[in-house]
Amino acid sequence: MDDRDLQYQKYKAILENYLEEQSEQTLYKGQQFSRKMIEQKISPEEAVSLHVSVLEELFPDIPEQLKNSYDFLLEMMIGYGFAYREHQSLRSRQQQLESEIEIAANMQQTLLAGDKPEVPNLDIGAISKPAQKMSGDYYHFVQDENDCVSVAIADVIGKGIPAALCMSMIKYTMDSAPEQRMQPGAVLENLNRVVEQNVDPNMFITMFYGLYDPRVHSFYYAGAGHEPGFFYDAEKDEFEELFTRGLVLGVSKKTSYQEYQRVLNGNDMVIMLSDGVTECRSTNGFIERDEIVALIRKYIHLSAQEIVEEVYRELERLQEFELRDDFTLVILRREV
Amino acid sequence: MNLQIKQEDHENTHHLHIGGEIDAYTAPQLREALLPLTGKEGHETLVHLSDVNYMDSTGLGVFVGALKSSKEHGSSLKLTGMTSRVQRLFEITGLDEVIDIEDVKGGSK
Repeated sequence: MDDRDLQYQKYKAILENYLEEQSEQTLYKGQQFSRKMIEQKISPEEAVSLHVSVLEELFPDIPEQLKNSYDFLLEMMIGYGFAYREHQSLRSRQQQLESEIEIAANMQQTLLAGDKPEVPNLDIGAISKPAQKMSGDYYHFVQDENDCVSVAIADVIGKGIPAALCMSMIKYTMDSAPEQRMQPGAVLENLNRVVEQNVDPNMFITMFYGLYDPRVHSFYYAGAGHEPGFFYDAEKDEFEELFTRGLVLGVSKKTSYQEYQRVLNGNDMVIMLSDGVTECRSTNGFIERDEIVALIRKYIHLSAQEIVEEVYRELERLQEFELRDDFTLVILRREV
Repeated sequence: MNLQIKQEDHENTHHLHIGGEIDAYTAPQLREALLPLTGKEGHETLVHLSDVNYMDSTGLGVFVGALKSSKEHGSSLKLTGMTSRVQRLFEITGLDEVIDIEDVKGGSK
């Protein structure tokens, strides 16, 4: 007996059983049988055809009209069969895509893995969490032989794969011009030229770039349309906005970026963030910038890394653990 | 949340009244309404944003695309009536310097 015969006999047994007494148990057997048929990729029209042939054997005298109606039903089911097969093939394609995205996400992790540098007398905290598998946020530290630390934090509009690909482009552009690292304005101008040429017209990138020189305790920075960060003045115990003027990257070829400077005294902090931090919405509306400041203040006695982690944890809770946007927060604090 | 778009045309001037939220989900809808208008040489498009209560960076992206398209095709694009929250987005990103935005008090910047 081949598979098909076996199937036929099994189905016949179940159906006969059910016709004799309409029990729940037999219905359940039917369900199990249908699951097996699906596993074996039996199409809907084949299932109907099986039913019809069993019926014809059990009731050789079924009226002609009824028989014809089954042919009609069979014809109807063919459409469902097509839809079913299409669904099957989409499902397998989707699985394939998902595994490719998984690989890409892992690659992105490796590519963008920004190790936090160890700098004497500088306490650094950084956190970046993607809303989806791949992040459109980015931060990157570079430390040179004089212990100068540059930090870039960027947000590609849009999320997912296109944003992630764009991030890789930024990283390589930055890596390819190490001599510019000391001039934040020039770094952004260079990036703007590259992005403008390569980006889809609806896309742009916001970026904040800064450089801390521990020899003179100065932070030099420039911004391209990025959400302003904060400067914490420890002596006054006050937060101010770290304002920068500058157009987002990728919109206009000829854009220049103003450079700013701040001197950090002991315990002063520079706080950089992505708009995922201030654009996030809780059930009560938007999270305001004041609330972010209040959160940082609440944990200000902790280390920079502990602050960013605690702030993230609280915001995550406020949003009921559903991040709508990528989240990035970086803190530099001059230690005394 | 949804996006509502109402279009009024007076010869070569087009008014788009936008309401609701402009985010990653609704942005394509806005783009489809806006780009055909900015692609017409010599035409003027006014986008009324007073009923937009939320916009994210994807929404800004649509206007960046529309700006590029209007420059390319020699049409004009103007945004008007934005709420302070939306206006802040344009200011932070520096886009208020390159896109024609009409002040709520009247008169272009």
